[in-house]
Amino acid sequence: MATPVDAAPLLAVEGLRTSFVDEGVALHAVDGLSFSVGRGETLCIVGESGCGKSVSALSVMRLLPPPPACRVEGSVRLDGREILALSEAEMRSIRGNTISMIFQEPMTSLNPVVTIGYQIAEAVRQHEGRSWAEGYARALEMLRLVRIPEAESRLKQYPHQLSGGMRQRVMIAMALACRPKVLLADEPTTALDVTIQAQILELMRELQEETGTAIVLITHDLGVVAEMARRVVVMYAGRKVEEATVDDLFDRPAHPYTVGLMGSIPQLGSSVEEGAARRRLAEIPGIVPSLRAMPSGCAFAPRCPLATERCRAEMPPLEERRPGHRSACWHWERAAEAIHA
Amino acid sequence: MWVYVIRRILAVIPVMAVVAVVVFLILHLSPEDPAAIIAGDNAKSEDIDAIRQRLGLDRPLLIQFLEWVGRLLTGDLGSSIFLNRPVLQLIGERVEPTAALAVTTTIFSVVLAIPLGVVAAWKAGTWIDQLIMGLAVLAFSFPVFLIGYGLVYGLALEWELLPVQGFVSLSEDPGRFLAHLVLPTIALGLVYTALLARMTRATMLEILNEDYIRTARAKGLANGRVLIVHALKNAAVPIVTTVGVGIALLIGGVVVTESVFAIPGVGRLTIDAVLQRDYPVIQGVILAVAGVYVLINLAIDLTYTVLDPRIRY
Ligand SMILES: Nc1ncnc2c1ncn2[C@@H]1O[C@H](COP(=O)(O)OP(=O)(O)OP(=O)(O)O)[C@@H](O)[C@H]1O
Ligand code: SF4
Ligand SMILES: [Mg+2]
Repeated sequence: MATPVDAAPLLAVEGLRTSFVDEGVALHAVDGLSFSVGRGETLCIVGESGCGKSVSALSVMRLLPPPPACRVEGSVRLDGREILALSEAEMRSIRGNTISMIFQEPMTSLNPVVTIGYQIAEAVRQHEGRSWAEGYARALEMLRLVRIPEAESRLKQYPHQLSGGMRQRVMIAMALACRPKVLLADEPTTALDVTIQAQILELMRELQEETGTAIVLITHDLGVVAEMARRVVVMYAGRKVEEATVDDLFDRPAHPYTVGLMGSIPQLGSSVEEGAARRRLAEIPGIVPSLRAMPSGCAFAPRCPLATERCRAEMPPLEERRPGHRSACWHWERAAEAIHA
Repeated sequence: MWVYVIRRILAVIPVMAVVAVVVFLILHLSPEDPAAIIAGDNAKSEDIDAIRQRLGLDRPLLIQFLEWVGRLLTGDLGSSIFLNRPVLQLIGERVEPTAALAVTTTIFSVVLAIPLGVVAAWKAGTWIDQLIMGLAVLAFSFPVFLIGYGLVYGLALEWELLPVQGFVSLSEDPGRFLAHLVLPTIALGLVYTALLARMTRATMLEILNEDYIRTARAKGLANGRVLIVHALKNAAVPIVTTVGVGIALLIGGVVVTESVFAIPGVGRLTIDAVLQRDYPVIQGVILAVAGVYVLINLAIDLTYTVLDPRIRY
C-alpha cells in the first residue's frame, strides 16, 4: 500500500501441511499451502468455514497441539528464519513479539479475571524485559493508539466492562504492543456488527500505515478483501485454489469456487438491517467435503456447475494462468460461467 | 458491594432461626422423656414429675421455645444433664483440638492438592497425570480409620517417629502440639486432598481449552505464567467452592479421627453425649456446628466477589 514492498518477504510460507491424527488416520486440514507477505503489505486469505484458515495461522504461530496429535510440515520463514525448526523456548520469544495474532472471538479471547492493562503490559514485560510501570505506560499508549476513549481508566477495567468492538481494539493493542513485524488477524471482525466492523478495518489500515506491519488477514468475506488487500489467496478444503491481485480476482476470476464466493459478497459498511440479512459464504450449494472423505479429483467437483469427468478423476494443479494469477482448475477460462444457483 | 456484604450477613439470621427450631424440636419430639433419662432407670414417677417441673418441661411448647431462644441469645446453651456443667463451657474446652485438626487438615490438603491438580492438568494424558490421578483414586478409596490405623501402626508404633495418640495444647508446647497433629491430619486429609486434586485438574483442563489461554500463549508467555496467572486465577472460584464443601465434610471425618487418635475434641464430646442421650450437649454441638457451616458459606460467598470481577451485586 503506502509503504513500498520489500523484495524479500517478511513471512514466507511454503508447502505448509498440517495434519491431525484421528484414530490413527492423518487428516490434512491444510495441504500444501504457500503464501508470502512483505513489509507494509496486506494479504487476504479467504474461504468458507472449515477450509483451514485458522489452522494455517495457528500452524504459523505454532500454537497447535504437539506432535503425536498434530503434525506441521513444510517451511515457514519469518524474516529469513525457519521457525518450524525452532525450539519451544525460542518460539516463545518470537510469539507476541515478532509475530502476533488476533483471534476471531473478542468476547472470549481476553482473560475475564485479569485487567486489560495487565494483559497488555505483561507481553511488553516478557519480551522487552521492562518493569511493570513501563509495561503499563506502553499499555496506555497502545490503548490510545487504537482509539479507546478514557484509556487511562480502561487500564484497570476487566473485559466484561467493554463492548465487543472495544475488546477487539484491546486485542489489537495487545497484539501490536511489542511492535511485531507480522500480524495474523483471524477474522478479526466476523463477530462484530457491520458499523463496528468498518471501524476496526479502518483502524487496522491506519495502524499499518504508521507501523509498516505486514498483515495476513483471514476472512470469509470478500467484501473485507476488497477493502483491505492488494493480493488474495482463496482456500478450499485445505488447499490454495486461486491466488491473484484483488483487482484481477474480481475482474477475471479463474476458479468457479471464487465466482461462487462472489455471488454472496456482503455489502461492507451497509446499514444494520442489510447487515443482518448478510449472506455468509457458505451459501454456495452443497457442503464442504469432510477431511475423511476427500474426492480423488478436484475437491470442489461435487459442488461445481462446470465439473466434468476429468475434474472427478484428476486433481487440477495450481498453475500460473495469467501473469501473477494462479488457479487450480481444469476449466479456469470458463470459470466466470459458473453462476451458482 | 458493601450493601451486598451487609445483605449477605443479614441473610444468616433466618438460616440460624430455622436451625434453632429444628434443634429445639429434636429434644421435644424425641420418643424419650428427658426427665426420665435424668432421673435414671430406677426412679419413681414422682421423681420424674419433679424433674420435669424443675426443667419447665410441663409448660406449653411455644413458651419453652421462646425461653430457650432467649437464653441462647445471652449465650446460655443450657447445662449437661450428666456433668451438670454449662454446655458452652464443655464445648469451649473441646474446641482447640478440633479446630486445630480442621485447620491443619485444610492447609495440608490445599497445599498438596492444588499443585498436584495443576500439574496433572498441564501434563494431561502423560504418566505424570496418570500417577497423580492413580494416587488420588487410592487415597479416595481408603476409609479414614483404615488410613489412621495404618499410619499409627507404621510411623508411631513400629518406627516410633511420632506420638501414637492424644493431644497437647498449643500454649503448652507448640512442637508437641504439631507432632500430635501430623498423623490425624494425614489420616483425615488424604481423602479430601484426593477430592480437591481431582476437582482442580478437571477445572484446569476445561480452562486450558479456553480462548484466552490461547491468547496468553500467543503472547509468548512462559508456561508458568499461563498456568498460574491465566488458568489458575480462573479456576479459583470452583476451587474455593470445593475447599468450602470439603471443610463441611471434614466435620464428619473429625468424629472418626478423634476416636482413632484419642483426641479430646468436640467429636468425642458428641459421641459421649449421644451415647448418654445428654440432650442439651447434643443440641449445643449441633447449634455450634451449624453456626460454623453458615459462617464458612458466608466467607466463601464473600471470597467470590474478590476472586471474580464479574460477580457484582
Ligand atoms: N484441534 C483440531 N483437531 C482436529 N481437527 C481440527 C482441529 N482444529 C481444526 N480441525 C479441522 O481442521 C479443519 C479446518 O479448520 P479451521 O478452523 O482452520 O477452519 P476455518 O477455515 O478457520 O473456518 P472458520 O471460518 O469456521 O473459522 C476443519 O475440518 C476442522 O474440523
Ligand atoms: S477443476 Fe473442474 S470441478 Fe474443479 S473447480 Fe474446476 S471446473 Fe470445477
Ligand atoms: Mg477460523
